[in-house]
Amino acid sequence: MLDLILQGCFCVVGLALLMNLYAAIRGPSVIDRLLALDTMYINSIALLLLYGIYLRTSLNFEVALLIAMLGFVSTVAVCKFLLRGDIIE
Amino acid sequence: MKSLKKWWPTPIRSLFLFLVWLLLNNSVEFFHLFFGVVLAWLIPQLIHKFRLVQPGMKSPGTALRYGLMVLWDIVVANMQVVRLVVGPNKRLRPAFIKVPLDLKDNLSITFLASTVSLTPGTVSAEVSPLNAGGDEPRYLLVHVLDLADEAELIQQIKERYEAPLKEIF
Amino acid sequence: MSWLEWLVALLAVAGSLFVLLGSVALVKLPDFYTRLHGPTKATTLGLGALVLASMVYFNFVKGELNVQQLLIALFLFITAPITAHMLVKAALHLKLKTSAQTSGKQNADL
Repeated sequence: MLDLILQGCFCVVGLALLMNLYAAIRGPSVIDRLLALDTMYINSIALLLLYGIYLRTSLNFEVALLIAMLGFVSTVAVCKFLLRGDIIE
Repeated sequence: MKSLKKWWPTPIRSLFLFLVWLLLNNSVEFFHLFFGVVLAWLIPQLIHKFRLVQPGMKSPGTALRYGLMVLWDIVVANMQVVRLVVGPNKRLRPAFIKVPLDLKDNLSITFLASTVSLTPGTVSAEVSPLNAGGDEPRYLLVHVLDLADEAELIQQIKERYEAPLKEIF
Repeated sequence: MSWLEWLVALLAVAGSLFVLLGSVALVKLPDFYTRLHGPTKATTLGLGALVLASMVYFNFVKGELNVQQLLIALFLFITAPITAHMLVKAALHLKLKTSAQTSGKQNADL
Protein backbone atom coordinates (compact mmCIF):
# COMPACT_ATOMS: atom_id res chain seq x y z
CA MET A 1 0.00 0.00 0.00
CA LEU A 2 2.80 2.41 0.92
CA ASP A 3 4.52 1.54 -2.35
CA LEU A 4 1.38 2.37 -4.30
CA ILE A 5 1.00 5.74 -2.56
CA LEU A 6 4.67 6.49 -3.18
CA GLN A 7 4.23 5.72 -6.88
CA GLY A 8 1.38 8.24 -6.92
CA CYS A 9 3.71 10.79 -5.33
CA PHE A 10 6.31 10.10 -8.05
CA CYS A 11 3.68 11.02 -10.63
CA VAL A 12 2.79 14.26 -8.84
CA VAL A 13 6.42 15.36 -8.47
CA GLY A 14 7.12 14.31 -12.07
CA LEU A 15 4.26 16.50 -13.23
CA ALA A 16 5.75 19.37 -11.21
CA LEU A 17 9.11 18.81 -12.93
CA LEU A 18 7.45 18.91 -16.35
CA MET A 19 5.74 22.18 -15.47
CA ASN A 20 9.13 23.59 -14.44
CA LEU A 21 10.53 22.53 -17.79
CA TYR A 22 7.68 24.33 -19.55
CA ALA A 23 8.31 27.46 -17.46
CA ALA A 24 12.04 27.29 -18.25
CA ILE A 25 11.38 27.04 -21.99
CA ARG A 26 8.70 29.75 -22.02
CA GLY A 27 10.90 32.34 -20.33
CA PRO A 28 10.24 35.23 -21.15
CA SER A 29 13.32 36.66 -19.39
CA VAL A 30 16.58 35.17 -18.19
CA ILE A 31 15.56 35.42 -14.57
CA ASP A 32 12.30 33.56 -15.15
CA ARG A 33 14.34 30.72 -16.60
CA LEU A 34 16.76 30.86 -13.70
CA LEU A 35 13.88 30.63 -11.24
CA ALA A 36 12.45 27.64 -13.10
CA LEU A 37 15.84 25.90 -13.02
CA ASP A 38 16.23 26.57 -9.30
CA THR A 39 12.79 25.08 -8.66
CA MET A 40 13.81 22.10 -10.75
CA TYR A 41 16.79 21.50 -8.47
CA ILE A 42 14.56 21.48 -5.41
CA ASN A 43 11.98 19.24 -7.06
CA SER A 44 14.63 16.73 -8.02
CA ILE A 45 15.68 16.61 -4.36
CA ALA A 46 12.04 15.87 -3.51
CA LEU A 47 12.01 13.05 -6.06
CA LEU A 48 15.24 11.62 -4.64
CA LEU A 49 13.86 11.62 -1.10
CA LEU A 50 10.70 9.83 -2.22
CA TYR A 51 12.77 7.30 -4.16
CA GLY A 52 14.88 6.73 -1.07
CA ILE A 53 11.79 5.74 0.90
CA TYR A 54 10.59 3.58 -1.99
CA LEU A 55 13.85 1.63 -2.21
CA ARG A 56 14.30 1.54 1.58
CA THR A 57 17.80 2.92 1.26
CA SER A 58 19.43 5.92 2.88
CA LEU A 59 22.16 6.23 0.24
CA ASN A 60 20.26 8.92 -1.63
CA PHE A 61 20.57 11.57 1.04
CA GLU A 62 24.14 12.44 0.25
CA VAL A 63 23.22 12.91 -3.40
CA ALA A 64 20.31 15.13 -2.35
CA LEU A 65 22.61 17.21 -0.18
CA LEU A 66 25.08 17.65 -3.04
CA ILE A 67 22.30 18.73 -5.40
CA ALA A 68 21.02 21.22 -2.83
CA MET A 69 24.45 22.82 -2.45
CA LEU A 70 25.23 22.91 -6.17
CA GLY A 71 21.80 24.37 -6.92
CA PHE A 72 22.16 27.12 -4.37
CA VAL A 73 25.68 28.10 -5.37
CA SER A 74 24.98 28.10 -9.11
CA THR A 75 21.77 30.13 -8.78
CA VAL A 76 23.49 32.73 -6.63
CA ALA A 77 26.46 32.84 -9.00
CA VAL A 78 24.25 33.53 -12.02
CA CYS A 79 22.34 36.19 -10.05
CA LYS A 80 25.63 37.84 -9.14
CA PHE A 81 26.65 37.77 -12.77
CA LEU A 82 23.39 39.41 -13.83
CA LEU A 83 23.77 42.05 -11.14
CA ARG A 84 27.41 43.02 -11.62
CA GLY A 85 28.61 41.34 -14.79
CA ASP A 86 31.22 39.62 -12.65
CA ILE A 87 31.07 36.79 -10.16
CA ILE A 88 34.08 37.31 -7.92
CA GLU A 89 34.82 40.91 -7.10
CA MET B 1 41.47 30.88 30.37
CA LYS B 2 43.54 32.88 27.94
CA SER B 3 44.88 29.82 26.17
CA LEU B 4 41.33 28.47 25.94
CA LYS B 5 40.32 31.65 24.13
CA LYS B 6 43.30 31.27 21.83
CA TRP B 7 42.59 27.68 20.91
CA TRP B 8 38.82 27.96 20.64
CA PRO B 9 38.06 31.55 19.56
CA THR B 10 34.39 30.87 18.81
CA PRO B 11 33.14 27.95 20.92
CA ILE B 12 29.54 27.99 19.65
CA ARG B 13 30.65 27.90 16.04
CA SER B 14 33.04 25.03 16.82
CA LEU B 15 30.24 23.08 18.47
CA PHE B 16 28.00 23.73 15.47
CA LEU B 17 30.67 22.54 13.04
CA PHE B 18 31.23 19.42 15.13
CA LEU B 19 27.52 18.59 15.14
CA VAL B 20 27.15 19.21 11.40
CA TRP B 21 30.12 16.92 10.75
CA LEU B 22 28.50 14.15 12.77
CA LEU B 23 25.17 14.68 10.98
CA LEU B 24 26.94 14.56 7.64
CA ASN B 25 28.56 11.24 8.47
CA ASN B 26 25.52 9.96 10.30
CA SER B 27 27.56 8.06 12.89
CA VAL B 28 29.29 8.47 16.23
CA GLU B 29 32.26 6.19 15.64
CA PHE B 30 35.55 7.15 17.23
CA PHE B 31 37.14 8.19 13.94
CA HIS B 32 34.32 10.55 13.04
CA LEU B 33 34.32 12.05 16.53
CA PHE B 34 38.07 12.61 16.32
CA PHE B 35 37.99 14.15 12.87
CA GLY B 36 35.01 16.30 13.88
CA VAL B 37 37.03 17.74 16.75
CA VAL B 38 39.96 18.41 14.42
CA LEU B 39 37.73 20.23 11.92
CA ALA B 40 35.94 22.17 14.66
CA TRP B 41 39.33 23.41 15.80
CA LEU B 42 40.92 24.00 12.39
CA ILE B 43 38.16 25.84 10.51
CA PRO B 44 37.58 28.60 13.12
CA GLN B 45 41.37 29.08 13.33
CA LEU B 46 41.60 29.52 9.56
CA ILE B 47 38.70 31.95 9.19
CA HIS B 48 39.23 33.85 12.42
CA LYS B 49 40.94 36.79 10.77
CA PHE B 50 38.11 37.37 8.26
CA ARG B 51 35.39 37.23 10.87
CA LEU B 52 32.94 40.11 11.28
CA VAL B 53 32.01 40.56 14.88
CA GLN B 54 28.29 39.91 15.30
CA PRO B 55 26.21 40.80 18.32
CA GLY B 56 25.55 37.89 20.65
CA MET B 57 22.14 36.51 21.52
CA LYS B 58 20.60 38.20 24.54
CA SER B 59 17.71 35.90 25.28
CA PRO B 60 17.84 32.34 23.91
CA GLY B 61 14.31 31.63 25.19
CA THR B 62 12.82 34.32 23.00
CA ALA B 63 14.87 33.05 20.07
CA LEU B 64 13.47 29.54 20.49
CA ARG B 65 9.91 30.84 20.74
CA TYR B 66 10.50 33.02 17.69
CA GLY B 67 11.74 30.03 15.67
CA LEU B 68 8.72 27.90 16.58
CA MET B 69 6.36 30.76 15.81
CA VAL B 70 7.92 31.25 12.38
CA LEU B 71 7.61 27.53 11.60
CA TRP B 72 3.95 27.60 12.60
CA ASP B 73 3.35 30.74 10.50
CA ILE B 74 4.94 29.07 7.47
CA VAL B 75 2.50 26.15 7.69
CA VAL B 76 -0.63 28.21 8.40
CA ALA B 77 -0.04 30.96 5.89
CA ASN B 78 0.80 28.49 3.11
CA MET B 79 -2.85 27.51 3.15
CA GLN B 80 -3.77 31.08 2.18
CA VAL B 81 -1.29 30.98 -0.67
CA VAL B 82 -2.90 27.76 -1.94
CA ARG B 83 -6.17 29.65 -2.26
CA LEU B 84 -4.51 32.62 -3.97
CA VAL B 85 -2.56 30.54 -6.47
CA VAL B 86 -5.43 28.27 -7.44
CA GLY B 87 -7.93 31.16 -7.72
CA PRO B 88 -8.15 33.45 -10.76
CA ASN B 89 -5.21 35.74 -11.48
CA LYS B 90 -7.41 38.84 -11.71
CA ARG B 91 -8.21 38.67 -8.02
CA LEU B 92 -4.56 39.12 -7.01
CA ARG B 93 -3.45 42.50 -5.79
CA PRO B 94 0.36 42.41 -5.99
CA ALA B 95 2.22 45.40 -4.63
CA PHE B 96 5.61 46.75 -3.57
CA ILE B 97 5.66 48.30 -0.14
CA LYS B 98 8.34 49.91 2.00
CA VAL B 99 8.67 48.78 5.59
CA PRO B 100 10.71 51.20 7.71
CA LEU B 101 13.22 49.38 9.91
CA ASP B 102 13.98 50.02 13.55
CA LEU B 103 16.67 47.34 13.67
CA LYS B 104 20.21 48.63 13.33
CA ASP B 105 22.72 45.85 12.80
CA ASN B 106 23.03 43.69 9.71
CA LEU B 107 22.54 40.31 11.37
CA SER B 108 19.10 41.06 12.75
CA ILE B 109 18.02 42.70 9.50
CA THR B 110 19.11 39.53 7.70
CA PHE B 111 16.98 37.48 10.05
CA LEU B 112 13.99 39.76 9.52
CA ALA B 113 14.36 39.67 5.73
CA SER B 114 14.64 35.87 5.71
CA THR B 115 11.57 35.52 7.91
CA VAL B 116 9.58 37.84 5.68
CA SER B 117 10.63 35.81 2.64
CA LEU B 118 9.68 32.48 4.19
CA THR B 119 6.28 33.52 5.48
CA PRO B 120 3.95 33.32 2.50
CA GLY B 121 2.51 36.31 0.74
CA THR B 122 5.64 38.41 1.08
CA VAL B 123 9.16 38.37 -0.39
CA SER B 124 11.75 40.85 0.80
CA ALA B 125 13.39 42.46 -2.17
CA GLU B 126 15.91 44.99 -1.00
CA VAL B 127 17.37 46.68 2.03
CA SER B 128 18.31 50.24 1.35
CA PRO B 129 20.50 52.08 1.83
CA LEU B 130 22.68 48.98 1.94
CA ASN B 131 25.61 50.21 4.01
CA ALA B 132 24.15 52.92 6.16
CA GLY B 133 26.36 53.98 9.02
CA GLY B 134 24.88 55.09 12.30
CA ASP B 135 21.37 56.48 12.56
CA GLU B 136 20.37 56.85 8.94
CA PRO B 137 16.86 55.41 8.50
CA ARG B 138 16.70 52.21 6.48
CA TYR B 139 13.77 50.44 4.96
CA LEU B 140 12.95 47.00 3.61
CA LEU B 141 11.35 46.75 0.18
CA VAL B 142 8.76 43.97 0.24
CA HIS B 143 6.78 42.45 -2.62
CA VAL B 144 3.32 41.31 -1.53
CA LEU B 145 1.25 38.79 -3.46
CA ASP B 146 -2.14 40.00 -2.30
CA LEU B 147 -2.24 43.33 -0.49
CA ALA B 148 -5.40 44.17 1.45
CA ASP B 149 -4.23 47.05 3.63
CA GLU B 150 -0.72 48.46 3.50
CA ALA B 151 -0.65 50.05 6.96
CA GLU B 152 -2.01 46.89 8.57
CA LEU B 153 0.61 44.66 6.94
CA ILE B 154 3.46 46.96 7.98
CA GLN B 155 2.05 46.98 11.50
CA GLN B 156 1.86 43.18 11.49
CA ILE B 157 5.45 42.71 10.31
CA LYS B 158 6.73 45.17 12.89
CA GLU B 159 4.80 43.71 15.80
CA ARG B 160 5.03 40.04 15.02
CA TYR B 161 8.58 39.72 13.70
CA GLU B 162 10.59 42.85 14.37
CA ALA B 163 9.71 43.26 18.05
CA PRO B 164 10.97 39.79 19.16
CA LEU B 165 14.12 40.25 17.05
CA LYS B 166 14.79 43.50 18.88
CA GLU B 167 14.60 41.56 22.12
CA ILE B 168 16.89 38.78 20.93
CA PHE B 169 19.76 40.92 19.68
CA MET C 1 -0.05 -1.23 7.29
CA SER C 2 0.68 0.32 10.68
CA TRP C 3 -0.35 3.83 11.62
CA LEU C 4 3.26 4.97 11.34
CA GLU C 5 3.29 3.94 7.72
CA TRP C 6 0.02 5.82 7.19
CA LEU C 7 1.70 8.88 8.71
CA VAL C 8 4.60 8.49 6.26
CA ALA C 9 2.12 8.20 3.39
CA LEU C 10 0.18 11.27 4.52
CA LEU C 11 3.34 13.37 4.84
CA ALA C 12 4.61 12.19 1.46
CA VAL C 13 1.32 13.03 -0.28
CA ALA C 14 1.08 16.45 1.40
CA GLY C 15 4.70 17.20 0.54
CA SER C 16 4.39 16.28 -3.11
CA LEU C 17 1.16 18.27 -3.45
CA PHE C 18 2.90 21.36 -2.06
CA VAL C 19 5.80 20.81 -4.47
CA LEU C 20 3.27 20.63 -7.31
CA LEU C 21 1.61 23.81 -6.08
CA GLY C 22 4.93 25.65 -6.29
CA SER C 23 5.29 24.63 -9.92
CA VAL C 24 1.66 25.54 -10.71
CA ALA C 25 2.36 29.01 -9.32
CA LEU C 26 5.47 29.18 -11.51
CA VAL C 27 3.47 28.46 -14.66
CA LYS C 28 0.22 30.25 -13.93
CA LEU C 29 0.96 33.60 -12.29
CA PRO C 30 1.30 36.71 -14.48
CA ASP C 31 4.75 38.24 -13.83
CA PHE C 32 8.12 37.33 -12.35
CA TYR C 33 7.63 38.94 -8.96
CA THR C 34 4.42 37.01 -8.27
CA ARG C 35 5.85 33.79 -9.68
CA LEU C 36 8.66 33.95 -7.18
CA HIS C 37 6.22 33.39 -4.32
CA GLY C 38 5.45 29.81 -5.34
CA PRO C 39 8.90 28.20 -5.44
CA THR C 40 10.31 29.97 -2.39
CA LYS C 41 7.56 28.93 -0.01
CA ALA C 42 5.28 26.18 -1.20
CA THR C 43 8.19 24.12 -2.51
CA THR C 44 10.25 24.65 0.63
CA LEU C 45 7.34 23.60 2.84
CA GLY C 46 6.69 20.58 0.62
CA LEU C 47 10.28 19.50 0.90
CA GLY C 48 10.12 19.96 4.65
CA ALA C 49 7.16 17.58 4.76
CA LEU C 50 9.01 15.05 2.58
CA VAL C 51 12.08 15.18 4.83
CA LEU C 52 9.82 14.62 7.82
CA ALA C 53 8.24 11.65 6.05
CA SER C 54 11.57 9.99 5.37
CA MET C 55 12.77 10.75 8.91
CA VAL C 56 9.68 9.03 10.33
CA TYR C 57 10.14 6.12 7.94
CA PHE C 58 13.82 5.42 8.58
CA ASN C 59 13.86 6.14 12.30
CA PHE C 60 10.60 4.57 13.43
CA VAL C 61 9.31 2.15 10.79
CA LYS C 62 12.69 0.76 9.80
CA GLY C 63 14.19 1.36 13.21
CA GLU C 64 17.65 2.61 12.32
CA LEU C 65 19.02 5.92 13.54
CA ASN C 66 19.24 8.22 10.58
CA VAL C 67 19.35 11.98 11.04
CA GLN C 68 21.20 13.02 7.91
CA GLN C 69 18.00 14.23 6.24
CA LEU C 70 17.72 16.92 8.88
CA LEU C 71 20.72 18.58 7.28
CA ILE C 72 18.92 18.79 3.91
CA ALA C 73 15.92 20.52 5.49
CA LEU C 74 18.13 22.87 7.49
CA PHE C 75 20.17 23.81 4.45
CA LEU C 76 17.10 24.46 2.32
CA PHE C 77 15.36 26.55 4.94
CA ILE C 78 18.47 28.71 5.25
CA THR C 79 19.15 29.08 1.53
CA ALA C 80 15.62 29.52 0.12
CA PRO C 81 15.18 33.15 1.28
CA ILE C 82 18.71 34.03 0.13
CA THR C 83 18.06 32.67 -3.35
CA ALA C 84 14.75 34.55 -3.51
CA HIS C 85 16.43 37.75 -2.39
CA MET C 86 19.19 37.45 -4.99
CA LEU C 87 16.66 36.72 -7.75
CA VAL C 88 14.51 39.75 -6.87
CA LYS C 89 17.59 41.94 -6.69
CA ALA C 90 18.67 40.81 -10.15
CA ALA C 91 15.14 41.32 -11.49
CA LEU C 92 14.94 44.84 -10.05
CA HIS C 93 18.36 45.60 -11.50
CA LEU C 94 17.22 44.50 -14.97
CA LYS C 95 13.93 46.41 -14.43
CA LEU C 96 11.69 43.49 -15.31
CA LYS C 97 8.12 44.38 -16.24
CA THR C 98 5.42 43.94 -13.62
CA SER C 99 1.82 43.07 -14.38
CA ALA C 100 -0.61 45.99 -14.77
CA GLN C 101 -2.40 45.45 -11.48
CA THR C 102 0.73 45.89 -9.36
CA SER C 103 0.56 48.90 -7.07
CA GLY C 104 3.38 50.79 -5.41
CA LYS C 105 5.77 50.61 -8.37
CA GLN C 106 7.30 53.94 -7.38
CA ASN C 107 8.60 52.25 -4.23
CA ALA C 108 10.75 49.97 -6.36
CA ASP C 109 11.81 52.57 -8.98
CA LEU C 110 10.14 50.68 -11.80
